[in-house]
Amino acid sequence: MLLIDCPYCGPREEIEFSYGGEAHIERPKQPDKLSDAEWADYLFMRNNPKGPLAERWCHSYGCRRWFNVERHTVTHEIQRVYKMGEPRGGEEGT
Amino acid sequence: MSDPSLRQTPLATLHLGDRKTSPAHDATVRLAEKIFIAKINLRADPSNRKLMRVFEKVLGFALPLESNTTNGKAVRSALWLGPDEWLITAPSSQEQALFKALSEAAEAHHLAITDVSDARTVFLLSGPNARDVLEKGCGLDLHPRAFQTGCCAQTRLARTGVLLHQTSDEPAYDIHVSWSFAAYLWIWLEDAAAEFNVTIVADDG
Ligand SMILES: [Zn+2]
Repeated sequence: MLLIDCPYCGPREEIEFSYGGEAHIERPKQPDKLSDAEWADYLFMRNNPKGPLAERWCHSYGCRRWFNVERHTVTHEIQRVYKMGEPRGGEEGT
Repeated sequence: MSDPSLRQTPLATLHLGDRKTSPAHDATVRLAEKIFIAKINLRADPSNRKLMRVFEKVLGFALPLESNTTNGKAVRSALWLGPDEWLITAPSSQEQALFKALSEAAEAHHLAITDVSDARTVFLLSGPNARDVLEKGCGLDLHPRAFQTGCCAQTRLARTGVLLHQTSDEPAYDIHVSWSFAAYLWIWLEDAAAEFNVTIVADDG
């Protein structure tokens, strides 16, 4: 089981959280301008890295807030926890 | 708001009435239902200093801004639920007056005030072995180095979502649990406490 450090409540066991898939996927501003392939890419295609992955988690049994987690998909090590709206890859943003 | 005269405890089906006693002197775990506590949910921006002062004036104390903490005076408490969310608790007799006072005082501000009194009931679990009982079904670190009097947390107890609030060093805990899970959790607590000398107390007195 993972110990996830909720940015609001502190460290809690994984079972208190729900998983929300990959983070930082932006809804296209004008969906009707997209081809079917581009729309399908937005809806269905996700990164599947062997390494760090930015993903969304919700503290469902706690504060019920969504936030971002950077987790290593091989070791499950949680490398970073940060709030919604903050850029991925460090405080400065990349 | 429901008609207070129609209220009944979610533990009615357990027929606890006959088993309630005054606490035995050697009881190391005491279990009680705090019947009909008023609970008001507040959603507001903590950076709105003016609004925070409005709440402080109505409640008599400030809303806790630090995570997992509570604040209170006499019979009223404010429990931190999230970065912009609190639960106010008070005796049932104050429910309507307090809801009205908060709503009217904060009228000019952007916020949400919801009476959630009947969504959850509250158990009081206390005594020298109270923490041992909780630790059988809760993943939180409840040792005094991590969780003390005045701390609160929304977490899981016996697979059920609860709001836990430590109210004294004895220790004593208020356990807020959904109405529909209350009987289940009570039975679980009695079972978990069975190895200790457990007493069911008539009233939280
Ligand atoms: Zn949280």
